[in-house]
Amino acid sequence: MRAAGLVLLALLLAPVARAEDAQVARGRALATAGDCVACHTAPGGGDFAGGLALETPFGIIRTANLTPDKTTGIGTWSAEDFRVAMREGVRPDGMHLYPAFPYPYYARVAPADVDAIFAYLRTLKPVANAVDRDTLPFPYSIRGLMRGWNLLFLGGQPFTPDPKRSAEFNRGAYLAEGLGHCGACHTPLERFGSSNNAAYLQANRIAGWTAPNITADARLGIGAWSIEEIVAYLHTGANSTSLASGPMAEVVTHSTSQMPVEDLRAIAVYLKERGAAGAPAPAPVAPNDPAMQAGQAIFVDTCGACHGRDGAGVSGVFPRLAGNPVVVQDDPGSLARVVLGGARAAATSGAPTSPAMPAFGYRLDDRQVAAVLTYIRNAWGNAAAAVPPAAVGEMRSALVARAP
Amino acid sequence: MTRRLPRKDVVVVGLGWTGSIVALELARAGLSVVAIERGPWRDTATDFNIGTAPDELRYAVRNDAFLPPKVETLTARNNISQRALPMRRWGSFLPGHGVGGAGIHWNGQTWRFLPDDFRLRSKIVERYGEAFLPADSTIQDWGVTYSELEPHYDRFEHVLGISGKAGNIGGKLQDGGNPFEGARSREFPTEPMAPSHAQNLFAKAAAERGLHPFPRPSANLSTAYTNTYGCKMAPCTYCGFCERFGCANYSKASPQTCVLPVLVREPNFEARTECEVTKVNLAPDGKQATGVTYVDAAGEEFEQPADLVIVCAYAIFNVRLLLLSGIGKPYDPQRNEGVVGRNYAYQCGAGATGFFEDTKFNPFAGAGSNATAADDYNSDNFDHGPHGFVGGASMSCGHSNGRPILYHPTPPGTPAWGSKWKRAVRDTYQRVAGVGAQGSVMSYRGNYLDLDPTYKDPLGRPLMRMTFDFQDNERKLSAWMALRCEEVAKAMGAKQVLTGKLTGPWSTVPYQTTHNTGGAVMGSDPKTSVLNRYLQSWDVPNVFVMGASAFPQNAGYNPTGTVGALTYWALEAIIGKYLKSPGALVPA
Repeated sequence: MRAAGLVLLALLLAPVARAEDAQVARGRALATAGDCVACHTAPGGGDFAGGLALETPFGIIRTANLTPDKTTGIGTWSAEDFRVAMREGVRPDGMHLYPAFPYPYYARVAPADVDAIFAYLRTLKPVANAVDRDTLPFPYSIRGLMRGWNLLFLGGQPFTPDPKRSAEFNRGAYLAEGLGHCGACHTPLERFGSSNNAAYLQANRIAGWTAPNITADARLGIGAWSIEEIVAYLHTGANSTSLASGPMAEVVTHSTSQMPVEDLRAIAVYLKERGAAGAPAPAPVAPNDPAMQAGQAIFVDTCGACHGRDGAGVSGVFPRLAGNPVVVQDDPGSLARVVLGGARAAATSGAPTSPAMPAFGYRLDDRQVAAVLTYIRNAWGNAAAAVPPAAVGEMRSALVARAP
Repeated sequence: MTRRLPRKDVVVVGLGWTGSIVALELARAGLSVVAIERGPWRDTATDFNIGTAPDELRYAVRNDAFLPPKVETLTARNNISQRALPMRRWGSFLPGHGVGGAGIHWNGQTWRFLPDDFRLRSKIVERYGEAFLPADSTIQDWGVTYSELEPHYDRFEHVLGISGKAGNIGGKLQDGGNPFEGARSREFPTEPMAPSHAQNLFAKAAAERGLHPFPRPSANLSTAYTNTYGCKMAPCTYCGFCERFGCANYSKASPQTCVLPVLVREPNFEARTECEVTKVNLAPDGKQATGVTYVDAAGEEFEQPADLVIVCAYAIFNVRLLLLSGIGKPYDPQRNEGVVGRNYAYQCGAGATGFFEDTKFNPFAGAGSNATAADDYNSDNFDHGPHGFVGGASMSCGHSNGRPILYHPTPPGTPAWGSKWKRAVRDTYQRVAGVGAQGSVMSYRGNYLDLDPTYKDPLGRPLMRMTFDFQDNERKLSAWMALRCEEVAKAMGAKQVLTGKLTGPWSTVPYQTTHNTGGAVMGSDPKTSVLNRYLQSWDVPNVFVMGASAFPQNAGYNPTGTVGALTYWALEAIIGKYLKSPGALVPA
């Protein structure tokens, strides 16, 4: 009886209201795919209320309040205002946004999807949170400079499906190149902070982490992962090789683990099929190299109990090091960071354990960290450049500077 | 001024093994659950870092993970004629503290009690006659049978991923397992751990003597495992830092590795740590609990109303909370009346230390529960008629550790310090293997728990008083088991064997075992039990009490497997029966 009553009630609802609800629901899903909440929420602050300090090569930028608060949020914006900001990086008052807000990616999002996100944001509880939006030093503090930047770098082209590709590939491309803005982290930046599209998805250093190559390159990218393994990684933060940590753990927690699996599969198909790019393997550092010898001894004492003497790791608990593309990226930044300061895997419903890598910076000096990293990058068939102690030292200084 | 908080469906007192499982299952049943835990939050990632977790001085000597006695201790005496004095340092046992409770620092030996254990009194009377019961014993049946508990043992073992070899599946005996065990519904979740050299010697010697050796069920896992809740565990590295330590390798089953990762994701679950429940509050008629009162770290007092109170603290602290709250009639040993505090029991030990020649046991490659065991002398697996005692012991051999500070066996006659001692430690370290027996302790009229008339805790509440001594029955068992251990140790090839057994009165000082049981026992008769067969208070039906406090007497095993099985058994009754029709599940 009760179920029948509910059905009747549903039938009586105005069709307009239902269409609006559907738009809001779609907007929520799209905002999740875009991981808006990750950047637009400060630690301890309200969701979408902004204020997070983004580290850019040009200085700190604090993110905007996206709640419908009339004075500090976007409560007075129209849908068209929001469309312009998303597509062109310009606010209703004419103020230019910086591309730390990745509007060059969002320009590819379909206007109906942008409207849905706006409809969803309108349903949020308004939070009064005035954010200082002018924290960049001179000359980057001159927002008008962005006019020129936009002329040079802003593609502004909406996404158009490639008729030669499958619908799944095109769905993946639309998500990854648009809202997903994968390239914002995984593509190296040019001198003026634009993505270097010639090296699209070929790894980047951002906020002190290495965002690895995610092209289909078998050695450096995700080429050796099956579609299922890519989906597992995005859906749970873990697969048989890797665990998401650092900024990617946030992406998985807030965004990809909440997305429909079909969308994750589409992204996986896109990444696997769009092509490979990556340098060939260098000759490995010789096993008798002093750094390799020292590194092996440190590895056996300090790392092998969990990661295995053979570097095989334990699925879902300790990342595999042998044949793991993260280990052989050109930039050893994340590796140094994780050994020095530790890291924690994403916690998701599918992989709730969220294991941690402990920090070893307190008892391994820069030379020792460099040696053990050189070892894991050149053992078990891995091959990558030796890690200079100075690179570890720079990361240590950066971590100390970052420490609360 | 006590602050009254918004009502919750359930308040769970203590967030160890039982509290975390209860909180998870009840939250998943749709109830709002708050767990109130006296100690700090503890997590593998933040508290058991591999760089600092294996710190023997900090954890095994200075007891960093255990309950600080200044937070709560108890007074102890051997018998009613003595004046009890407070334990100012833990010795005989080491209660846990904080989220995870004793599940953090346990070794991981995860047994099922034998079918006979649950109807011990009936079995003894049937086989030997009532006169065979020890003098002044209060041995009783549990009110629940092994076959009723089997699915819940199975469930608990698959949450923990226990490594072992079944000896009896569906009544069919299995090679390599324990032939005495009750029938299992299926094999262990993971295969047995790798046996050490000492274990192989034990297995051979025991088999040659007609015993039935098998791998001890272990919560240090032999292999990677994903549990029934989706939590991941990694293979044990045999590092030997289990007992008294949190496991940094995600290899030892604990609330941290097996339950908390999913519990913290439940939206209707909340944990309040560093908050001590001082009392379960009762309605004016005393027949219904209204919630609990607790004090936070700043000393502020709160009242947390709830429909259901599940007491999940350590066994002896469960009993104290019942006494302080006036739930159930306190036990009076003079009149042999009342129930709360009655049937406190413990564990007795015996063993043989073998000194070998020309061998290397590598004791540093150990694990808390890795051992080979034999159950031929346990429970009623043998004829007690000629021996004049009841109960029994599991026998086992394995190195739980070879840690540098506390593990340095030396032969008799070695000085306690100096160069001769050092030489003996160096010469002996690799050459010692022990055969140990973990024995049952029966319940007696004079062994009990009550509130101390003199000593109080920092909040002004009376400490608990423990009145306990080993009785003749346990002394006979211990002495007999010491001989059985000696026989096997000699057969293993030991050139010299030292035996250990109960001597003198129970002492609070040397560490013995943290297997304190009873005091709030389950049963079929409200005159002799605090809880009915579903761990529900006979007197206050919206109070359930989990843990080894429910054991009417202790068996010759570690308690945790049975504690876990009873928890799932009680949860099945709470979710399946109580929530549909709140009230007494068994008419008094």
